[in-house]
Amino acid sequence: MHPPALWDWESGQRVILASMERPENVAWLEEYHISPDGERVAVLASLEEGGFTALVNGEAWENPFEKAWCPRFSPDGRFTAIVQQDGMWTLAVDGEAWEESFDFMWSTQFAPEGEAIAACIQSGGEYGLCIDGVTWETLYENASQCVLSADGKASAAVVQLAQLKPADIEAFKKGVYGVAVNGQSWDANFMNCWTPAFDAKGEHVAAQVRLNLYDYSIAVDGKTWNEIYGCVWEPRFNPATGKVVAPVRLNGRWGLAQDGQIIWEPRFGQCWQQIFSPDGKNIAAIVAPDFGKFTVAVNGKAWGVTFPVVTDLVICREGATVAALGCVDNADWQVLVNGRAWAGVWDMAWKPVISQVGGHVAAKVSKGKRQTIVVDGRAFAREFDQVFDPTFSPDGKKLLIRGIDKGSVVRIVADVAQA
Amino acid sequence: MGIADRLIEDVGLRGGVSKLTPEQIQKTVNAVISGETGAKLKAYAETCMRCGLCAQACHFSQSHPDDPSYTPAAKVQATMGVLLKTGGKVSPEFIYGMAQLAYTECNLCRRCVHYCPIGIDTGYIMSTVRRICHKLGVTPQYIQDTAHSHSATFNQMWVKDDEWTDTLMWQEDEAREEFPGLRIPLDKEGADIYYSVIAPEPKFRTQLIYQAAAIMHAAGVDWTMPSEPGWDNSDMCMFTGDFEMMGRLKRKHFESAQKLKVKRIVMGECGHAFRSVYDMGNRWVAWKMYPVPVIHSIEFFWELMKQGKIKLAKKYPGPVTVHDPCNVVRGRGHHEKLRELVRFLVDGPIIETASNREHNICCTAGGGVINCGPPFKNVRLDGSKAKAEELRATGVKTIVAPCHNCHGGLEDTVHRYKLDMHIKFLGDIIYECMEKPS
Repeated sequence: MHPPALWDWESGQRVILASMERPENVAWLEEYHISPDGERVAVLASLEEGGFTALVNGEAWENPFEKAWCPRFSPDGRFTAIVQQDGMWTLAVDGEAWEESFDFMWSTQFAPEGEAIAACIQSGGEYGLCIDGVTWETLYENASQCVLSADGKASAAVVQLAQLKPADIEAFKKGVYGVAVNGQSWDANFMNCWTPAFDAKGEHVAAQVRLNLYDYSIAVDGKTWNEIYGCVWEPRFNPATGKVVAPVRLNGRWGLAQDGQIIWEPRFGQCWQQIFSPDGKNIAAIVAPDFGKFTVAVNGKAWGVTFPVVTDLVICREGATVAALGCVDNADWQVLVNGRAWAGVWDMAWKPVISQVGGHVAAKVSKGKRQTIVVDGRAFAREFDQVFDPTFSPDGKKLLIRGIDKGSVVRIVADVAQA
Repeated sequence: MGIADRLIEDVGLRGGVSKLTPEQIQKTVNAVISGETGAKLKAYAETCMRCGLCAQACHFSQSHPDDPSYTPAAKVQATMGVLLKTGGKVSPEFIYGMAQLAYTECNLCRRCVHYCPIGIDTGYIMSTVRRICHKLGVTPQYIQDTAHSHSATFNQMWVKDDEWTDTLMWQEDEAREEFPGLRIPLDKEGADIYYSVIAPEPKFRTQLIYQAAAIMHAAGVDWTMPSEPGWDNSDMCMFTGDFEMMGRLKRKHFESAQKLKVKRIVMGECGHAFRSVYDMGNRWVAWKMYPVPVIHSIEFFWELMKQGKIKLAKKYPGPVTVHDPCNVVRGRGHHEKLRELVRFLVDGPIIETASNREHNICCTAGGGVINCGPPFKNVRLDGSKAKAEELRATGVKTIVAPCHNCHGGLEDTVHRYKLDMHIKFLGDIIYECMEKPS
């Protein structure tokens, strides 16, 4: 692990990559990615002689591959790409390919609080997950929507349990879908399953299920709630209590249910993307109090400010700060914090981040061809060709800004009070 | 004559009605009518004067001139009219006929709205009838299978996640033979354009992906395609009446674009999907308009033309005729942009069909009718006789039709009525005629 506490928080700027020129042996460079700590910048490169490599801080991986895609940094700063060698696909981590290879691989996943890396795989027409190079023992007719537990020690996906003949609508209605956890499917099968989610300890899994064409519910470890609904959205575990909360639709209106009991009355035109504060005491969700008017509700109470679209909801550790984005026509974006819209209007905005201490909020924004960071409502003094999501220091006093400008990649640590 | 005289066996319809009881029918009918409809349906039901003007509007009616049961007013009376009059006290066999009529003898094309003196939207009424059929579990087999695919894979043709990306990479490889350096950028955050397609493209019309990539490359567009579900903008659940799944599909589609922070979605040459993204699916979710602007290919190619980003090495030999897809012409008003674009691309005049622009006759495939599959193919083609006659009268060899379902339907119509015509997407013509960067 390489937690933020160990990063360089010395105020000032460092150039991470002075030149972004395309090397002579490279036909084209793809999009740049930067490690969470801002120390490494990487880009996939198509080579003139054929094949692909990655350039990390300007240095090519030792061995090229036939193809490479899905470039991503892990939370601890390892650069990964799904690569093809001899016609087979695997994952390369800092240039080292896993020994196992597959007919196809996609959707790289990282454990939020661990070191595990996983990806969906297809091998011989069977589907499953591969975690740190180890494949599920049981593979399935199909597997999708894979997810890792917070520590990465458990994995889950929606799986298809039997083959369907073409247009066999009766077999479909009997239910051939389930959830597999660590490769083992639940005993129960359903018409549909969606969005499996782990609890904080990685011991339980909840998912949306459709019991027949009309009845929706939530299943936890394969056991369905007693209550059925006209529709449901993604369930999430309360990190403190382990209870499962999901948006549910009754009589055409949306609310929240917890373990099958209504906790937010169904009075919204929409309700989704609920999140908890880590102490489990506060729930926030994106809601539509009226048709075409979206906002955020915290513990069931909707903010007064509404937008045609609200996205990117976040909540701080103690629940005292809740932030989201509102926009009109996907163009006029504003950052919303605790029910108030910041004054700045941007062409685009990215998911806000909240400091663990101090309740500061920052977000990446763009206007025209330039991007910058807004902090507590103020735009950072400098603009960039491209900037990445900001990160607060653990004490909330510093802000890490990673940007590309004038052909170089820079890492800036700014004092929040002066940013 | 009436629908009872022309019933066709279908696994989905027969299996569905075999499980129905009169009590269940009545309960479901009344639950939908009282819970999901309002003044609009009541006004339509009470104000139809039986003037008969809608008979001239409907291609099914025009194609069966001696059978008034195909007129929109008669179709409404034979379905929703009976449900309202009886309070839902109807037999399972009635539901069979009602479903067959609603799913296969009405394309929801809304041409009749233009002819009705008081603007009754038969398409809306038929959609509500379909909604009741869905809730009763009485839907044609093939379109129901498509709806199942949507629910399981978020695309309409059971395309698995790996097959999607693998197909994009395959088309990218093929295109690089012709255009060195061409990319189909996957998951490119912040791109100007998110290009979305419908599942028949990766399944069996892969040349359309190739052509789109070639056009994007030649025009220098900053674009991306997603590697994960959400890429299919289509929506047969809208047409089966499964509105919950329709909303789920639209949420997936738009959140896929929102996640990538793109400015706009450009959708391929599809008609019905446009109806879902700007009218029905988005609104079920409670978005008043689409949360990310969606530009149909007609408008996108028109923009490229206006900006001088499409340069032609030659023009396509005309004359041609233009088929106006209902959902992007009557639904969005793209008919003049379509013609401006065709005039730019074609050497020769546009020979219009007698009914054109917002009064265009439907291809008879739309509204999910073609998706009801082989059992109903003859119903569809019998109903396209009026369209065939208008096409034949143009005397041209080429039909420009910017919609997948229109293509499928018109290909069958051309074959059935021996029209000796061929059908082109705009992308076909642009790709064939554009200057190709080496």
